Amino acid sequence: MISEVIADGLFEGFTGQLLAGTVMTVKVTLAATFVGICLGLLGASARMSKFKPAKYAGDAYVGFIRGIPELLIIFLIYFGSTRLLMTIASWFGYNEYIELSPFIAGVIALGLTFGGYATEVFRGAFLAVHPGQKEAASALGMSKLRIFFRIQLPQVWRIALPGLGNLILVLMKDTALISVIGLEELTRKTQMVVTATREPFTWYFTAAVMYLSLTVVTTLILRYFENRSRRHERPVARTMKAAGGA
Amino acid sequence: MDWSVIAEYYPRLLEGSWMTLKLVILSSILGLILAIPMALARVSESLAWNGLPRLYIFFFRGTPLLIQIFLFYYGLSQFEIVRESALWPYLREPYWCAIIVLGLHTAAYVAEILRGALQAIPRGEVEACRVMGMTKPTMYRRILLPRAFGIMMPAYGNEVILMLKGSALASTITLLDLTGMARTIIARTYTPEEIYIAAGVLYLLISWLFMLFFKLLDRLFNRHQMV
Repeated sequence: MISEVIADGLFEGFTGQLLAGTVMTVKVTLAATFVGICLGLLGASARMSKFKPAKYAGDAYVGFIRGIPELLIIFLIYFGSTRLLMTIASWFGYNEYIELSPFIAGVIALGLTFGGYATEVFRGAFLAVHPGQKEAASALGMSKLRIFFRIQLPQVWRIALPGLGNLILVLMKDTALISVIGLEELTRKTQMVVTATREPFTWYFTAAVMYLSLTVVTTLILRYFENRSRRHERPVARTMKAAGGA
Repeated sequence: MDWSVIAEYYPRLLEGSWMTLKLVILSSILGLILAIPMALARVSESLAWNGLPRLYIFFFRGTPLLIQIFLFYYGLSQFEIVRESALWPYLREPYWCAIIVLGLHTAAYVAEILRGALQAIPRGEVEACRVMGMTKPTMYRRILLPRAFGIMMPAYGNEVILMLKGSALASTITLLDLTGMARTIIARTYTPEEIYIAAGVLYLLISWLFMLFFKLLDRLFNRHQMV
């Protein structure tokens, strides 16, 4: 019975609404992933820094993100940023009312969350790269920045990818929270359709199926990148298999 | 910033914290009860046993918690059978609905954690049980499950902390947990920064409390490995 209702829905134009919402969900996910990866790299560098204040700041950041609900962070950024932004703007002589859009607030809030967890993923990955690599690079006379970009990052990237993939999947589901501050992504669009149709189960279930499809597609994309990141390992595995080894 | 509002409203915030604690504890217990049979079925190799748990876990891990809450809280009323059932007075209540959905949600994650733990038990221990002539139920009850609890404890502690963060979503179905209470106070005082920061600090304190609790539990379950 439910499937019939969903099939009918295809011709009602509500599905178009849900698709528009899905596109928005993907956009927020991509934007927050980008912000989160930058913050994660920064956080990991801070936590591994020999400069104590940076280390403590990194530790505190991860500690806060782990214990405070994403929803609260979204509220804090969205409703709490106005006064802060207006104070900063007034230093530059701008005194109009400023408010973050739900999109920007959501991207910042979920980017912060992603960054907190990504800090741990990146830190683990940096520690997994053998210190001899860094020493060899500096023995060759590379500058610290060049060692970071040429030697460490390409290897860290590969080790961190599975962990980051999980974070992206979590993030994608967390984008539903931005609906609470009014961003018209999949969940918000679904709420609007439910108000119009008065068929909550049908439409929330449809939304659930759309999130599931997003999860499946994302998993496949991530698997592709993971395999790609390991392509330098593959010939070894192949020879081992051919030789009847482990 | 006007920090005096926190002094004025902290009893309400504590009230909200208590609601959050109740949500997390009750739904964790429900989740654990559901997760144990699910994990046991999931480790089975026959599709007849592991098919349903796999589908359940796929659905609850692949969709946002918020959608699950809406699906149950608003969605179930679409069916007359549900509205006429004996469970309806509970399902209609945001409090019970939140506990049930959070419990169902966490059950999927805990089942996967428990499955991982069961599969991480060294083969030799299972074989030793067999040699002793234990039946399967005895083996699970006496050896494998206690062993798995010990292995999964750190991961389970993390899951409960995630549930604490997830419980904030109960505020979207009008429940006055810590987040819901903070929103109510802000609607009256218009001081979002102060109150949200105060709520964040309370969440941090609660999460530290849980971390401490699970550290103790970890020690209890793994005391045979302590030197």
